Amino acid sequence: MATEFSIPDSAAKTADAEQEFGSEKMALSMGPSHPSTHGVLRLQLEIDGEIVTKCDPVVGYLHRGDEKIAENMTYNQFVPFTDRLDYLAPLANNMAYAIAVEKLAHLEVPPRCQAIRVLTAEMARISSHLMGLGAFGLDVGAWTVLVLSLNQREFLYKLFEELTGARFTTSYTRIGGVSRDVPDGWLENVGKFCDQFLPALEEILSLLTRNKIFTDRTMGVGVISKEDALAYGLTGPNLRGSGVPLDLRKDKPYSGYEQYEFDVPVGAKGDSYDRYLVRGEEMRQSVRIIRQIVKSFPAGDWYAKDARKIFAPPKDKVLSSMEELIQNFMIVTEGPQIPAGEVYFEAENPKGILGFFIVSKGGGVPWRLKIRSPSFCNLSIVPKVCTGILISDVVAILGSFDFVMGECDR
Amino acid sequence: MTAPVAAKTALKEKFAQATDRPSADHDAVNVPVGEVVAALKYLRDEFAFDLLMDLTAVDWAEGASPRFTVVYHLFSSVNLGYIRVATDCTSNVEPTAPSVVDLWPAANWHERECYDLLGVKFTAHPDLRRILMWDGYPYHPLRKEFPLAGIEVPLPDSEVGVETGAAVIAAPMAGGPFVASPGEINLTEAEPRAKDESWSDRRPRPDQTGLKQFKG
Repeated sequence: MATEFSIPDSAAKTADAEQEFGSEKMALSMGPSHPSTHGVLRLQLEIDGEIVTKCDPVVGYLHRGDEKIAENMTYNQFVPFTDRLDYLAPLANNMAYAIAVEKLAHLEVPPRCQAIRVLTAEMARISSHLMGLGAFGLDVGAWTVLVLSLNQREFLYKLFEELTGARFTTSYTRIGGVSRDVPDGWLENVGKFCDQFLPALEEILSLLTRNKIFTDRTMGVGVISKEDALAYGLTGPNLRGSGVPLDLRKDKPYSGYEQYEFDVPVGAKGDSYDRYLVRGEEMRQSVRIIRQIVKSFPAGDWYAKDARKIFAPPKDKVLSSMEELIQNFMIVTEGPQIPAGEVYFEAENPKGILGFFIVSKGGGVPWRLKIRSPSFCNLSIVPKVCTGILISDVVAILGSFDFVMGECDR
Repeated sequence: MTAPVAAKTALKEKFAQATDRPSADHDAVNVPVGEVVAALKYLRDEFAFDLLMDLTAVDWAEGASPRFTVVYHLFSSVNLGYIRVATDCTSNVEPTAPSVVDLWPAANWHERECYDLLGVKFTAHPDLRRILMWDGYPYHPLRKEFPLAGIEVPLPDSEVGVETGAAVIAAPMAGGPFVASPGEINLTEAEPRAKDESWSDRRPRPDQTGLKQFKG
């Protein structure tokens, strides 16, 4: 389309703008496709020069209606949808969801199953934090961190693939167990990974911890006080970075977390740098937990054998025995039979506390399933934190929050 | 944990109309909608429930009364316990509940989401806009009468719709055998129970004129 342009006198233009907008403030839409918004977050900024005077996050670009979908399928069918919440730590989501439904069914899984779940959740934590760290580094200009951390994450994905058959969307848990036992020799591989990971992690962290550019960009930027963090419902490393030592693995242990020794790191000031330090230390602690599990891996069943209406029988029996065939058919067609009731379960995921509120009227399909996603709650403080700062600091703060839009928008 | 039990007992003493709510895990109370803010404030101030973990509503389907229940989950980072507070909305057509943004700023986005997806209006909310769906979207999709496949509505930017030919297509699971039964139907006898068979590729779209549009 051809349009004739005339270049207006710049003074007249400013006067026009002032007349129209009342000031020299400008609206800037950051995202939904912006490298530093980690997905499809859009920030509607109002800027005065380089200072952000107002920030309104616009979420929902990745809304798929997971809660609606959950009301229309059986409990096991929803497991793949939990992968796609926080797609950087699907194993941890799988576990949180499975435990929530099992609580409703008053079902206890055997120790081996618990250990497998904790092991995979901690590996998922490492992989998620590696990605978060790499992206954070990239946001403030450090390329190498991303490359090194993705390299380590690749080792983890190889292990996930051996265990679950998929690298990314694992769908590993079932209600009442996991989809398969650990393969032979897999635990040794996990141990080997830990051995080489710790020095590599120190190398990665050493690129940032005392890096002048990094500390200048993050220290004192995006400070969140303890009170604010609690009032806005922040959880996970973002809450602990502000100095609140709340970690459900310690405070409300589930799936046998009480057996393992680990420390909960907390920040002192609550700035972006503290959040980075907390994540770094959490990875070391995760390695500690993984090593303890590998050392004392429990023998026995890896799924709840007595839950005949919930966990499908082994495939070889399904094809040879009538009763197991019927049992399998019922579980596949009608779903695991869960009693009526209401349950709310929260797990400490890499991004924060992931909660599932399930209302059941009995049968194989939930009546209502609400997902309390940590990224959504963590982002709700953005309008407060991202006001009165430089645009470049917005990037650093978003990087330090380490959110995932798949989880935020559901 | 002992603290939430004490909290529940004390709450029931202070608010005479509060009743026990059946629960599979944490302590739970029903509070009338008029007293919910006072009750939550009491829990926050006296029993250190400093984290509003979750706020949502449950739609008990058309015909049920009360139809909408707003559910709050509080957690205490001091006593490390949960409590669930539920309140039934008085209106089944235009449900409202008081906003608790003044108590916990975290409620802001939760209430916006609850309004967006279920249409529960929170009175005195500072900024009750849609959050996941776009402004001007005419439905509340988590209500039970809203079909899984969605309903075609004009896109927020009409030019985009003309340009791309984008339209709502039926979700793959729509009309599948699985659906939560609103009554006490024995699923064994009902199986396979199709939600709405007219939603398949072989049959025409169902009539949607009966669906009420909600004005934002």
